[in-house]
Amino acid sequence: MTVLCLVELDPDGGSADASLRALTFSRELAASEAQAGSAADGTAGSPAQPLADSPSPAPPATRTMSHRPAGNPHDVTSTGYVAAGVFAPETAVPAAALSAYGVTDAYAVESEQMTGYVPLAWARALAELVTLSSATAVVAAATDHGNEVLAHLAAMLGLPMAANCASAARTADGTYRIVRHRWAGSLLEDAVLDASPALLTVAVDAVAAAPATEPAPIVVHDFRPVLSDGDLAVRATESAERAGGVSLATARVVVGGGRGVGGPDGFGALEELAGLLGGVLGVSRVVTSQGWRPHEQQVGQTGTRISPELYLACGISGAIQHMAGCMSARHIVAVNTDPDAPILAHADYAVIGDLNQVIPALVTALRARAGLS
Amino acid sequence: MEILVCVKRVPMVGGKVVVTPDGQDVDTRMSGFTVSPHEECAVEEAVRITGRLGGTVTVLTLGSPEAADQLRDMLALGAGHGVLLETDGREWGPIATAAAIAAAVRRRAAGPAGPYDLLLFGNEAADTGDYQVPVRVAHALGLPCVTGIKNLQITESGGAAGSEAAAAAGAGAVGRAGAGAAAVGGAGAGAAAAAVAGAGAGAAAVGGAGAGAGAGAVSVAGAGAASVAGAVGVARASREYRGSTEVFDLVLPAVISVREGINLPRYPSLPGRLRAKRAVIERFQPEYRGEGLRKQLLRVPAGQTRRAEVLGTGADAVPALVRLFEEFGVLS
Repeated sequence: MTVLCLVELDPDGGSADASLRALTFSRELAASEAQAGSAADGTAGSPAQPLADSPSPAPPATRTMSHRPAGNPHDVTSTGYVAAGVFAPETAVPAAALSAYGVTDAYAVESEQMTGYVPLAWARALAELVTLSSATAVVAAATDHGNEVLAHLAAMLGLPMAANCASAARTADGTYRIVRHRWAGSLLEDAVLDASPALLTVAVDAVAAAPATEPAPIVVHDFRPVLSDGDLAVRATESAERAGGVSLATARVVVGGGRGVGGPDGFGALEELAGLLGGVLGVSRVVTSQGWRPHEQQVGQTGTRISPELYLACGISGAIQHMAGCMSARHIVAVNTDPDAPILAHADYAVIGDLNQVIPALVTALRARAGLS
Repeated sequence: MEILVCVKRVPMVGGKVVVTPDGQDVDTRMSGFTVSPHEECAVEEAVRITGRLGGTVTVLTLGSPEAADQLRDMLALGAGHGVLLETDGREWGPIATAAAIAAAVRRRAAGPAGPYDLLLFGNEAADTGDYQVPVRVAHALGLPCVTGIKNLQITESGGAAGSEAAAAAGAGAVGRAGAGAAAVGGAGAGAAAAAVAGAGAGAAAVGGAGAGAGAGAVSVAGAGAASVAGAVGVARASREYRGSTEVFDLVLPAVISVREGINLPRYPSLPGRLRAKRAVIERFQPEYRGEGLRKQLLRVPAGQTRRAEVLGTGADAVPALVRLFEEFGVLS
């Protein structure tokens, strides 16, 4: 019972936060697999399975791939196994971090033919790892890469894939009970997934990253997939990172403008306010659909997801597609003329009034406070 | 350039989403329907490409008979043909949906209208967010694929000659300019890193690939690409990912899913609306297939709603706002 998790690396070499969340999800799934497996076998705690008696059995300190007993019932522990697929050289695998998240086997997937991101080749390699590690489930973060690679894997294996899951657990009958996001998390779907291996991506905001209670003994394996030319046909050439500026996705303060701004010329005061707060401007979909501001500034389901300390939403009614993009904000403050606007059901605080009066007055007050004028 | 764009009819959801009493669907009694935003951009992109290169845009949806409304909305934007894969209104899963779309693509290739050169999708449907139909269609047809695209440049190869050369080389395998592999493109094709083989030299490049030398042969899932089209051009597609830009080169025919922001869709013109109203929509009835991921219940997440404390009215509330910002620690 192994859950195989695709781990993406950050440019600095660590595991991406989304992948740590996916690993946390994988660990919980593996534990449910172990329990469901024991229950289904009816052998939990039996002398024939000494490992199942131990609360936190230590896997053998050194294990190589050839020692993996595929389908061996002795592999069923109370925690299950989490394996990680990392598309990087063995030396670049963040073994300590993976161990802290409960990973017992990390596969460093390498190939001379495969440099950078090659979606189909990554899926092919994962398919080979599924066989090698006897994985009962494959998990990835619901990022562009995670969703794309798992979709390829699903198509390749002819299996269903559950995208954007918030939770998953194996049941005694061998199926998976899952909760997944619809409408970018504005709606939840309870579903049953009946497939092996189960293919799941983890909704980015759904699970908090949490290390295991104790680090797992980890073995890093070098893994060289067998790839065809067709697997390598579509590959990413990466350009240099974009230069400077505070990004909308990571800004500490976002000042939002919606339909209530009234037109393309009304964003000056909001931008000045954002500047005074050390933040950036974000806008609703109406604003980008009207061409008032570029799409890069859109907050929401089809734009950018933000998670600032403060989101000040001005003249934004609060459609669910917009709220899906800002629900991770620590504090939401709305400025709206309509006391019944849907956004008031999502905000912590509100000012009822016209943003064209409130914002300039707020700018004046903050400038005075900063001794600017 | 013959382009297929696949769209999905979804509820027009506003301030809140309401579930039907049986928990199986979004309650749409008080709302209209629309197409997913990414897909509207895919239609706009297709109309711009054919506006530049010639050809026709076909828009396809799988859904209830009422989904014809969404096809007409897209026809009003400039799409030329509408295809409705008509269902009884049940929700179809991504495996069955992709299979039905792939069958429609093959059917078209076998008919007088000939194959599509480019299949465009939205990155994910607004409602179910499955992220996988385009990838599954690509696998079913043996086509290269990339998703989540925010910028797309299509370059045609040397017209009919290019197509024939690739077709003659067989099985839809087309030359791709890899490291140092020479492929001769039609006018303009050289601008993209991957160049589709043109007339004479093209056959040589493709032959080389078949022999295992030179350019890599493109056949994602074996043969089958030939059922869609010969080599007709290249696509350079890019997207932002975690702060950097990823650029992909694909040989057409290919499957590409796009994101909102790739363009700003036009408003339908009056002549466009009139044409859309009169347009004949082709209808097929694919057979429903259940799959391994089964919806049990839809529900609105609990505890998401806060209730805003009103700080005041108009500019009078500014001092309270400043105090609040101080409390949040966002003022220096």
